[in-house]
Order: sequence, then structure tokens, then C-alpha cells
Amino acid sequence: MNWAAPQFGALPGGRLHLQHGPIDLIIKAEGQPASVTRAYAAATGRFQTILGELAAELSLLRQPLAGDTPPDSSSPVASRMIAACWPFRAVFITPMAAVAGAVADEISAVMLAAAPELRTLYVNDGGDIAVHLAHGEILRIGVVAELVKASLNGLISIEGGSGIGGIATSGWRGRSFSLGIADAVTVVAASAAQADAAATLVANAVNVDDRTIRRAAARSLDPDSDLGDILVTTQVEPLPEHKVLAALAAGSNEAQRLLGTGLILAAALVCQGNWRIVQGRSGLLFPMA
Amino acid sequence: MTVLSDRSAKFGAAEGDDGIIRCDACPVLCRIRPGRSGACARYANQEGLLIRTDPVVLLERAVEEGRNLVPFSEASADWDGNLLNPSSAFVTGIGAGTTYPDYKPAPFIVSQEHDGVDTVTVVTEGIFSYCGVKVKIDTDRHLGPETAAIRVGGEQVGHVTTAEYGSQMLSLGGVRHLTGGSKKEGNVTCDTLLKLCNGEAVELTIDNGHAVVVQAGKAPIVDGREERRMRVGCGSATVGIFAKQWLGHVDEVIVVDDHITGVLTEHQAGRVLDMPPTGIRVKGRKSTPGRYFQVANPGMGWGGTDITDPLSIIQKIDPAVAWPGMRLLLTSTTGEDALWCVLDDNLVPQSAAMPQEVQAVVDRIGENCEPSACTVLFMAGAGGSLRAGVTENPVLLTRSVQDGTTRVTLGGAPAMLWPGGGITVMVDVTRLPKNAFGYVPTPALVAPIEFTLPRALYEASGGHTGEITPVADVIRAYGADARVERANPVNPWPFKVDG
Repeated sequence: MNWAAPQFGALPGGRLHLQHGPIDLIIKAEGQPASVTRAYAAATGRFQTILGELAAELSLLRQPLAGDTPPDSSSPVASRMIAACWPFRAVFITPMAAVAGAVADEISAVMLAAAPELRTLYVNDGGDIAVHLAHGEILRIGVVAELVKASLNGLISIEGGSGIGGIATSGWRGRSFSLGIADAVTVVAASAAQADAAATLVANAVNVDDRTIRRAAARSLDPDSDLGDILVTTQVEPLPEHKVLAALAAGSNEAQRLLGTGLILAAALVCQGNWRIVQGRSGLLFPMA
Repeated sequence: MTVLSDRSAKFGAAEGDDGIIRCDACPVLCRIRPGRSGACARYANQEGLLIRTDPVVLLERAVEEGRNLVPFSEASADWDGNLLNPSSAFVTGIGAGTTYPDYKPAPFIVSQEHDGVDTVTVVTEGIFSYCGVKVKIDTDRHLGPETAAIRVGGEQVGHVTTAEYGSQMLSLGGVRHLTGGSKKEGNVTCDTLLKLCNGEAVELTIDNGHAVVVQAGKAPIVDGREERRMRVGCGSATVGIFAKQWLGHVDEVIVVDDHITGVLTEHQAGRVLDMPPTGIRVKGRKSTPGRYFQVANPGMGWGGTDITDPLSIIQKIDPAVAWPGMRLLLTSTTGEDALWCVLDDNLVPQSAAMPQEVQAVVDRIGENCEPSACTVLFMAGAGGSLRAGVTENPVLLTRSVQDGTTRVTLGGAPAMLWPGGGITVMVDVTRLPKNAFGYVPTPALVAPIEFTLPRALYEASGGHTGEITPVADVIRAYGADARVERANPVNPWPFKVDG
């Protein structure tokens, strides 16, 4: 099969753009010019084969996780996906829940291995972001709770050495299927893969029964979906406020539970104009007045 | 056309009975149901065909119609079609065409980084049935009474509106003249607007007024005479500015003005300088000391009045106050007309050669006048159906324009947004590239318009995300056909010119 090759490009602002099939990465490293060059070369080299490796193991990665022993995988990205999703196997989950974050983590890891002295680094895989900050560096990320209102609602402030390595967002409007009705759940965790999987689960938990919410079997939309016949959300109309609050409460409980296990460091949940913040220590997520 | 055939390349194969297509574009090998896209959102199953979701058809149409795009370039006007740097190019709506029906995505939805932010610019041409021009003519010359009809070839195309400081204002076009009157009125109005917007000269005649040739950025020509200066201020203001410079060289100054005629010694400026009264009383209605309204009728004479003999505005000279040898200056507010007189033994003003010191101040009035110019602002409402080419939820575009999140440009020129409902914009037509405007026979004007906003917000506000094309791709595909213009250095965005 003669597939389209991975695409590599420089973006303005000293950023690197890598794209292959559904993977679309925007990368920015900061540090000494030689370090940045070395890191970008490492990212480009590693990116050559990533999609092929994942595709080879797709059938395994689409299987739900269960039991006492995680499945074996030869690919580092697949291993990251499995590791990130394994703690959540009490509910239905497949390693695909962490695919975007795991790719971001893998690229971030090879870049840091090539240039450990980088001051800051982010690898943004379609909104699931691996971040690395040296001590003393601070990265502030704007959060737009309701994009349609086009105003900045919050900030995530990350300091070097804080243990934060990833940020991910999930919701029913996104590219991946969601079981819930959250417009967006943004999770901060130790890695992008961990944040990715957790955001998926918290977004699934932001849910309520209402006859106006349209759902369809995942397989009826995508015949190869790892979710099979599970109903996924296809349309959410404006709901009465008590239902929105109930859905957010359910999602907040799940986020609180994950916070307790240490799997996430903070989460922001948004549903129909309302939002909740769950975080262990103050000062990570800032709502803006 | 190679780009287009590339874009249309089919990588798919039918599979099964459900209309599913397997996409072979990448190793994921997505199986895509009809009406849905693959994991990458770049390929979709449209009625059993695997298609690229990029705006192929729209791009193709722009090429087939031989239209030219105008990416602005910082680089060079004689660009060879290959060297244009995507980071220094901006695709304007000029020649972009428009899509119909309205719900179809705009012809070009371009992604680009501006100032470190990933943005999307929705590029289209709008058909504006509600549009017109506001013309500001810098002259105190009377052009016609307020609300008087303005005509071209006998058809009414607008009216005289409220004058501004030093300027006469015309309002031309608008929906009532474009489509509310006869077909001829509409066509003449459309043609007038098109010419003015594209920088051509148009002769307008004003009922009970005068003929004026208007051309954006050029001096007005009133009844065949080119205006040179915009008045320095009204007559009273002129007295106030120059009183001290006249002190010791004159006994009285009358500044003739259609609005407020100033009389120096009676004016506060003269009194504070302890200038003795001269007993001269001018015609008109006294407003405050030394300031007179309506000394004459509006006209083509001195200071925008109908006066050609300036002494005619003197109502009387009080013999108990005036004295033989009294020195009197009469001037217009531009210094273009001035007369020096000395009172004879009978207290009658006799013209004489103007002393050098006084001439210097008259000259200074002229120096302080700005050049008389016509400015043409295109004004239109973009709050209608064209918004559907930007987003599926048009009111979100309106709101985001109103709160400043979305930047509106016309042909790359900055648009002023009128506050309140809708998207009512004004733009200085000289800031756009040449011939940026067109028309449709409706009649209505066609103008380029670009909406630029952060990509994330565009995606979230119901934008046509599947149509987003990187600016580099647009340039690659249309380089050879595009018209490249240097960005107007007057415009603050998208390219800031240092220094």
C-alpha cells in the first residue's frame, strides 16, 4: 500500500508541525538554538513510524481492558496508552481513550531525551498536550469554557517542577465519541496520556437522562469504533438548569474520585454555560471574573 | 489544474453493503459510513465517494472563472508566483467570489498565525444591498442646502447631510436609491458608488446648489474650480488664533465666514488685548460680542458666503467712534481672499496696499489650512446572509465582531465598526487595493470582506472547520493566478511597518 507520507513543516513562531493521517502535532521547544534543533530532529525522526506502529496494533488497542494483567505491546506508544487506561478498567475502557495523549507523551519524551536542557516544551496533539517546564519556568494556558462566547474564562498556570506533564480535553462535541453531555472537560495530570484517559472518563460521567439527548450506537457511526454498540452522544439540546447541574454534579464526583487516587491533579468541567472546578490544591486553575 | 486533480484524488474502496468506504489514505484504514468523515476529518464519505473535505469545488470555481486573488505581500509587486512567503501574505476577499446558497462555506477559509495566535480568516466577497458611501468634502464652500437631492445624470443618488467642522457632507447610495426607486435610479446609483469606491471621479449636482466633482483622496472641484484649502476654523476661531499677531499692525479685522463672522475689537480676543472699539457693525445676527451669524447667504464667494464685495457686509461705521486713518483688514477663513483698507477723512474704507506684517499673518492663515480633500467611506451592513458562509450559527459571528474578538477587514483595509446591532462597517476606500469593488445587476455593490479570529474560537463557534486551508496551500494552489499587491503601509494590520 502506498500511503501518504508523514508531513513535516515549520510553523511561524519557531514551531514544528507534524502530520500523518489523523495525527496532527504542533510542537514548540524553547531553549538554546542548538537544543531546539536537536529536539526537533528527534521529534521528526520518531514521527516517521508512529502511525504505522499504532495501526499494526489497532485491533489489540480497540479491546476493552480487564483482568489482572495488562496486555503486552511491543510499541512504546501502545504501552503508554495501556498504562494510562489500565487504572480505569473497572468501567469499560480501551487503550484508544489515551491515543492522542500517548502520542504527545512519546514525542515529548524523545525530544527531552535528545535535549534534556530545554527550558520549555509542549507537544499539542489536537488539544491533548504534553508539557515540560524546567525549574523556574511558568506556562499559562488560557481556558475558554464556552468557546461560542469567545471569552477567556480561566487560566491554567503550570510551574516547572509541579509534576504536571499533560493537559487534555474531552466532550461530546469533540472528534472522539463521548457518552456524556459535557461541552468540555479539561484535565491536568502527570502525563498527557493520563489526562487524555481521565478526561474521557470524566466527560462520560457528566451525564443525565433526558429524552431530548440523542444517542446512537458507536458502531452505527463508525463501524470500527472501539466502543461497539455502546450509545454515544450525537446531539444535546439546551436542558433545564437542574438537569445541567445534576450532570455536572455526577461529573464532579467522578473527578473528585480520580483526584483522590492521584490519577489527576485538577479538572474543569463545562456544560451548557455552567462549570465546575475540581482541584486538590488551589492555584492551578484560575477562574476569571 | 494539477493541484485540483491532486485534491480530488480518490483513495477509497467500497466495502460491504452499507455504503461504507475504506479509506486508504493512511495506515489507519478507516471505514467510513456515508455522510461521515474519517478519524482525521480530512476524508469523508459523500454518497459513496471518498472525498477530500477541503474546499475543492470552491477553489476550482475561482480558477475556472479566471478571477484573481489578491494575497498581500510584504515582499514585492513583481512576484514570480513561487517565492511568496506564507508568513508575509494575507489572502483578501478581492476576486475570491462568493458562495451560493448562503449556507455554503465561504470560498476561502484560511488558517494562519498572526502575532503568535493561530487564526482563521474567512475570505469572501459580500453582495451588499444595504450599502452606500459617506463623502466628506473639506471646504466651507456652500455646495447646497442640507437635505437637498444629489443627482447624477438627473437621477437622485443621495442627499446633502449635516455639515461637519470645515467640511460639507454627502450621503450617497443606500437601499432606497439602489432598489427602492426606478431601475434607472438604481443602476445610476450603483454605478456612482462603484466609481467612487474604486477611486474614480464622479460629477454630482445638487438641487438648488452647485456641481461638485468628487474623487477619493483628491481635492473637490466646485463649479469647475478646484478647492485648495480647508478653512483654519470659523471666523471667530480665526480671530482667536491670530489676534495677538495682528496687534499693533491693524485697528480692526473682520474674518468673513458663512458660519460665524468674527470682528476683532469686539471679540473677547481683542478686548483682552485692550484694543479700542472701532465702531464698525457688520450685518447678521449677533451671537456673542464679536461673533455674528448669517452675515450673508451661503455661496461661492468669500468664506463660503455669497459675498464678492467684502465691504458689503459692513452695516454701518459709527462716526462717534471710528477715526480717519483707521486700518481695517478683511479676510476669509482660508486667507485665500483678503482686503486691506484705510478709512479716509469721511470714514469710508479705501483699499490700499497691504503692509508686509499684515500679509504675513494672512499668509499664515493659509499655511494653517489643511489641503482640501474628498474622503469616501464605504459603509455597508454585513449582518445578513453572508454570515452563513462563516459559521452555521450567524449570530455568534455578529457577537464576536461586536466584542472585538473577530477582526473585520475589507480587502485588507481596517473597518470601523458602528456599535449596536448587526455588523455595520465603514472603510476608507483609498486603503483598499485598486478596483477592489464590483457590482451585480441586482443592483448591489460587491466588496471584499475578511473575518479573522482565533482558530480555536472559529472551530467552537460553529465555523466550517472542514474547509480550513493553510495559507501556504492557498498560495501554492493559486500562486500563478493570484494578483499580488504590496500591503498598504498605512494599514496597521496584518503587517505592521516598523518605524
